[in-house]
Amino acid sequence: MSATQETPAQIPVTVLTGYLGAGKTTLLNRILTENHGQRYAVIVNEFGEVGIDNDLLVESDEEIFEMNNGCICCTVRGDLIRTVQNLMKRKGAFDAIIVETTGVADPAPVAQTFFMDDDVRAAAKLDAVVAVVDARHVLQRLEDTQEAEDQVAFADVILINKTDLVSAEELTAVETRIRSINPYAILHYSERCGIEIAKVLDRGAFDLDRILSLDPHFLEHGHHAHECSDDCDHDHHHHGDGHGHDHHHHDHEDKHSVKSISLTAGDLDPEMFFPWINQVTQVQGPNILRMKGILAFKGDPQRYVIQGVHMIVEGDHQRDWKDDEPRESRLVFIGRDLNWDVLKANFQSCAAE
Amino acid sequence: MPTVAPIDVDGFVVRAGFLGETPYFVSGEGEILFLENGGQRLSPHKSGVLAVEQSLDDKVLVTSGDDGAIYLSSPDGSSDLVAERPRKWIDLIACGPNGAVAFASGRTAWVRLADGREKEFAHDRAVGGLAFAPKGMRLAVSRYDGATLWWAGTDGDPVNLTWKGAHLGISFSPDGKYLVTAMQENALHGWRLSDTQDMRMTGYPAKVKSFSWSVKGRYLATSGANAAILWPFFGKTGPMGQAPLQLGTRGDAMVTAVACHPKEDVVALGYQDGMIMMSRFEDNAEVLLRRPGGHPVSSLGWDAAGLRLAFGTEMSEAGLISLQD
Repeated sequence: MSATQETPAQIPVTVLTGYLGAGKTTLLNRILTENHGQRYAVIVNEFGEVGIDNDLLVESDEEIFEMNNGCICCTVRGDLIRTVQNLMKRKGAFDAIIVETTGVADPAPVAQTFFMDDDVRAAAKLDAVVAVVDARHVLQRLEDTQEAEDQVAFADVILINKTDLVSAEELTAVETRIRSINPYAILHYSERCGIEIAKVLDRGAFDLDRILSLDPHFLEHGHHAHECSDDCDHDHHHHGDGHGHDHHHHDHEDKHSVKSISLTAGDLDPEMFFPWINQVTQVQGPNILRMKGILAFKGDPQRYVIQGVHMIVEGDHQRDWKDDEPRESRLVFIGRDLNWDVLKANFQSCAAE
Repeated sequence: MPTVAPIDVDGFVVRAGFLGETPYFVSGEGEILFLENGGQRLSPHKSGVLAVEQSLDDKVLVTSGDDGAIYLSSPDGSSDLVAERPRKWIDLIACGPNGAVAFASGRTAWVRLADGREKEFAHDRAVGGLAFAPKGMRLAVSRYDGATLWWAGTDGDPVNLTWKGAHLGISFSPDGKYLVTAMQENALHGWRLSDTQDMRMTGYPAKVKSFSWSVKGRYLATSGANAAILWPFFGKTGPMGQAPLQLGTRGDAMVTAVACHPKEDVVALGYQDGMIMMSRFEDNAEVLLRRPGGHPVSSLGWDAAGLRLAFGTEMSEAGLISLQD
């Protein structure tokens, strides 16, 4: 596990994902035509959809490279590595990079590229994965396809688009379903992707220092549950002593394979926690889509922020715990085929004596 | 004592070197500077330059860019468009015999012959690098899971060399006996072409992005470590079972560019922090050519006599180092 190395020259990268027809291109067009003073380098699947004047545009072919170490989940996007390297030769020509992925692309290799390739890591940093979903069709897509589920699971920001095409009840059902997959993503709503661009770009969602400024309530229970409808059977609403709550979502029907779990504890023993998290990610890596957490270690005045994609985990100290802040550790896993009870028990056993 | 003359270049220096006696510098922003008659500055591309190679006769520079264009430029100030793939980013070029130029984008490589004819070579996966064999019109294309040897001038069957993983930069040994690729992983892979024997050269902490063959191809010098790693290619088995030389070792900075001296067993090394050094194979004797304190060295090129070294960095620093007073 390595500490993050922040280099001022790192260019922020936004990954724009979403199923076919959800409105990615509409959003991209809005970003590119709005007068925001930023110059973007845009990596798209095909030319011709977006109208751009001053931005750099490059076509990608979503080339996946598997590492030669026999690990099936250690994949990176070769075309991104190549494009970012080429863009670095034109460093002065743009301020940020947007990567548009096709509707059926797996977001994991995109995210991993920004951790696993040293050149890319030095040059660019993942700002956020933004998923656009179609309010009217997303529930069906989530039933049909693993890709749609993965996109929701990976997202830091989810734009629920086409809200004018659904009723309030349908929208609640969409939100509940999305929350059951990904409890920590920031949700926004739009018609025709009409959203303030600042809400989707420059979010710092992959930036450990900014995870909390993005989501100041990450540690508060129930924060994400305020839209739960009556039939919501998740036990989000406990505001107790702050220990031992866990939000199991495995009581959904089994055809929904991606689930999330939120584990909480007080102070942790680092001697217990780090070997455990390393072991979990090594063994369960292929099934872990995203992992995020804020941790309190015994005797450590600083909050420790941790995040991961598959087997890649990184963490760093963030800032001091404030006096009025309860020292609490929270870890969210989003994944498939994970043994939630074992995860919970093992996390609890990392609690400091 | 070597002297350093700074040169004014805007942006990332994609390549610095000599065309005959003329020093040149090419920036990612699209400028080609020839230091002749007080300096010729050309900007044939609509935007940036992604790759630069010298023709084998050392008379022209071949450049490609994100405008999809390929230009031949010479120190007299002329630039000729020789090929174009609109809306493709052309980031790989190789120069072959008789004015042949190979270039690639995505999964496709092309060879343009001097008479203007073009041949297309399609691959299943992305092309990572291009190299012409020292003799004949053979083009080697590195790709995912190996390399392919094509006949550029005739219609012979290609030869596929297989090794799992993504292969990027590629180079033939000067005697044509070996083909070496730098991989996406921190390793080199080599094939002895007589029997396609595989060779793995590992142990690098970073990707190998710069390689250079020493006089008569005895050693292959490489970047990607905190020293220049030089693999021996003399003898029957090449580097197999032999330890590489490690020259110019520093505890605090990686080697980012290497250029072997054209006449002596000496290598010039550029580091991550802008330092440039020269090191002799025989005894590891070192000469400091440029002090640290700048940006990563992106390119190094000797003149034919081995008396001047052109350099460039990733951030607008460039210059000429002269070994003579």
